Amino acid sequence: MKSKLLSVPYLIWMLVFTMIPLVMIGITAFTDNSGSFSLEAFTSAFEYTNVFLKSLWIALLSTVLCLIIAYPLAYIITQMRESTQNTVVMLLMIPMWMNFLLRIYAWVLLLQSGGPLDTLLSAIGIHGNYSNNTGAVIVGMVYEYMPFMLLPIYTVMGKIDKGLIEAAQDLGSNKMMVFRKVVFPLSIPGIISGITMVFVPSASTFVVAQYLGGTDDIMIGDIIDKIFFTNNHIGAAISLVLMIFILVFLVLMNLFGDEEAIA
Amino acid sequence: MKSKGILTKIYIALIMVFMYAPIAVLIFYSFNKSRSAAWGGFTFDWYLELFKSSSIMNALTNTLLIAVLASLFATILGSSAAIGISNLKGKTRMLVQNASNIPIISPDIVMGVSLMLLFTFLGVIFNFEMGFGTVLLSHICFCVPFVVLNVMPRIRRMDSSLYDAALDLGCTPFQAFYKVVLHELMPGIFSGALISFTYSLDDFVITHFTQGARFQNLSTEIYGMLRRKIPPTINALSTLLFLVIIIIMVLINIRDRRAEKNKMKL
Repeated sequence: MKSKLLSVPYLIWMLVFTMIPLVMIGITAFTDNSGSFSLEAFTSAFEYTNVFLKSLWIALLSTVLCLIIAYPLAYIITQMRESTQNTVVMLLMIPMWMNFLLRIYAWVLLLQSGGPLDTLLSAIGIHGNYSNNTGAVIVGMVYEYMPFMLLPIYTVMGKIDKGLIEAAQDLGSNKMMVFRKVVFPLSIPGIISGITMVFVPSASTFVVAQYLGGTDDIMIGDIIDKIFFTNNHIGAAISLVLMIFILVFLVLMNLFGDEEAIA
Repeated sequence: MKSKGILTKIYIALIMVFMYAPIAVLIFYSFNKSRSAAWGGFTFDWYLELFKSSSIMNALTNTLLIAVLASLFATILGSSAAIGISNLKGKTRMLVQNASNIPIISPDIVMGVSLMLLFTFLGVIFNFEMGFGTVLLSHICFCVPFVVLNVMPRIRRMDSSLYDAALDLGCTPFQAFYKVVLHELMPGIFSGALISFTYSLDDFVITHFTQGARFQNLSTEIYGMLRRKIPPTINALSTLLFLVIIIIMVLINIRDRRAEKNKMKL
């Protein structure tokens, strides 16, 4: 039980399957086909700056939408009776158990022209194509990742001491003030981890934009996937940039979270 | 006050429609005779075709096999690692713990790509090709951190004198470990194993990069099918998967209710 030695197999494992692969991305990114040092891959990677920015933009919009939808939802759920709470959360989680690709494909079916949504809206005289555009990509993202926003916020809100709320009420706060002064500040850690859990996967995802997006909705994940099978130096360079960006984002979110906890 | 209650109900209902409409659409199309968006009459053909498809059945077996093996190995490796890490001191411990979280925080695609680089490199040296083995290793890779993360808090909460007490009472170290430590850590180990299992079942990205030329799991098989544009059987597959999920959920719910009732009786 006191043995540190038990961690040794895992340390070796991490070295081989986590550290070395990451270092290999770095090496591949900074070399060319002959194996000598080169920044060529990064020069080529810069051609995809627009795709990179678009991915971040889509991820940002999806994250904001998830927050707007999930925050009130979490609040509403915490106000319910406990048995109802469990049922509602379970109902919201069930679709998450479906395969990732099937969930995206379901939206392709739902939004396609002549599909259910089109038929429904045509009945009241609105015609249109709802798939193959940025909006559809964002809807798909929100569908994939909304529960990742909901769960941390719901967990944090559920843990708020009821005594604090009662105290605020006793001290003359109305419902709005209780929310603004007690519930909201205490739920910020949940919001922060929710933002991280939605932003990171949606910025780096691939496939979603392939199926739901138009011709100019290409995300950085799709580029990495495509390019890696032709030129892995450029692919590694883009991966490296993405990884560094995500790390900076995580560090910033962490700093922000710590400050909030102190304030 | 009353109107607010109705508003929240409408809100919940809208969210439920949002969550379930796509699944309803999949189910609807699984019975559609026509391959196009329009309704062409009722049929069970896609289900029959599904069961005849050896590639889907093969992918399903692979998925389950990988999930079972990956969560088993990850649980063993992760639990023992958690015990080892908890015995490390101060800075080393923080460092190891943070390093352990790398696979969780790094984007799936970066992990997939990095493992692919590793396996192609090793493959050239040791003369092997990517396939079942590399997928299994990769799955263990992203599962272990979750096990560590779930077991660690249990260790911290455990009273370390319990182990000493067991030794004093005549247990061999192995017995003390088996009867006391493992027993205390079981809930954490179990939830780590469960998370590993579900992540492995659902994984697409990492499998996609480490599968090699011949291996397919359910996700990559679906990905291939969607590319080849033969989706009606996919609808049937989705419907069946959804049915299985519902059954599992109902069973879990019944078990929980029973456990609660038993608690009440006590």
